[in-house]
Amino acid sequence: MAIATETQFHVLAVDDSIIDRKLIERLLKTSSYQVTTVDSGSKALEFLGLQQDEQVDSSSSDSSSTTPEQNEIEVNLVITDYCMPGMTGYDLLKKIKESQSLKDIPVVIMSSENVPSRINRCLEEGAEEFLLKPVKLSDMNRLRPHMLKGRGRDQKQQQEENQEQNQSPSSGNKRKAADEGPSPERTRARYSSNSSLTVL
Amino acid sequence: MDYSNLQRKAAYLRKSLFDQGYLDEQFDQLEELQDEVNPNFVEEVVTLFFKDSSRLLNNIDQALEKSPNDFRKLDTYMHQLQGSTSSIGAFRVKRECTLFREYCDKENIEGCVKSFQKVKREHAVLRQKLEAYFQLLRQTGPVERATRASN
Repeated sequence: MAIATETQFHVLAVDDSIIDRKLIERLLKTSSYQVTTVDSGSKALEFLGLQQDEQVDSSSSDSSSTTPEQNEIEVNLVITDYCMPGMTGYDLLKKIKESQSLKDIPVVIMSSENVPSRINRCLEEGAEEFLLKPVKLSDMNRLRPHMLKGRGRDQKQQQEENQEQNQSPSSGNKRKAADEGPSPERTRARYSSNSSLTVL
Repeated sequence: MDYSNLQRKAAYLRKSLFDQGYLDEQFDQLEELQDEVNPNFVEEVVTLFFKDSSRLLNNIDQALEKSPNDFRKLDTYMHQLQGSTSSIGAFRVKRECTLFREYCDKENIEGCVKSFQKVKREHAVLRQKLEAYFQLLRQTGPVERATRASN
């Protein structure tokens, strides 16, 4: 099933400060990105569908908690504040990079404090950029290359998956493929090469 | 109503806010994000700031009263306030927030109390000045407000 959409990049912005959320949303929209803002790392994971992905018994999960946006909009980049109560930006970064389904999403960290050890730790964990707050309009130019890279990985992954499906699997693999196939409420949208959204 | 006179007043007040160090270049950045589609963006952000910062100031007030030696809690609240002041370009308030956090780091409660009074004072003055500024802008009409950033 294909869902028509513009080739607009979608950014998930995470910040516990209402002022910074409003500011980052405006910066991203001015730079022609589609934006979703949340106020915590746990809400970001919820939006990305990670909590559902990690549940073993899908029958016990409440599928109504999945919003339509989650199924229809791919997140091309996550930009998160570092210092947040509960789950920090670093914790969120780690969870994304540890997840099989989300690890290719580029993550950018923002912080009001220029602490080299903090910056290195985030970059080593897989962050694409570390932006110092307050974030400026000029910083937005640094995001696009990472999104293009992320999208390229998505397309490559999709091609590989298509190739695997075309090759007839042995009977031993059939069950495994069926078991690992995404359930309807867990499907994540990906961009296909013709820039329309395709739900896998 | 003499619009050109109001515009001059608004421009003068804006300039004085920068000259006296109440605002810095981050406020310019906010104005750059204002356009015909979002003509009130700066005022909306500033209104949000004063609502949120009042809550944080109240939290610090209570923390100083109930648990004055919990410097970690005091620093956490002030860190949040400092971040917000930085995001809107409230330079003088931000400077006092930085001093407060330095006193927290040294676990100097007297310094914290004195510094907090300055934070509140700077915050109140900025609020008064920005309210006057936005009131003038509202009187100059939507077109002027929308294009103010590029003037």
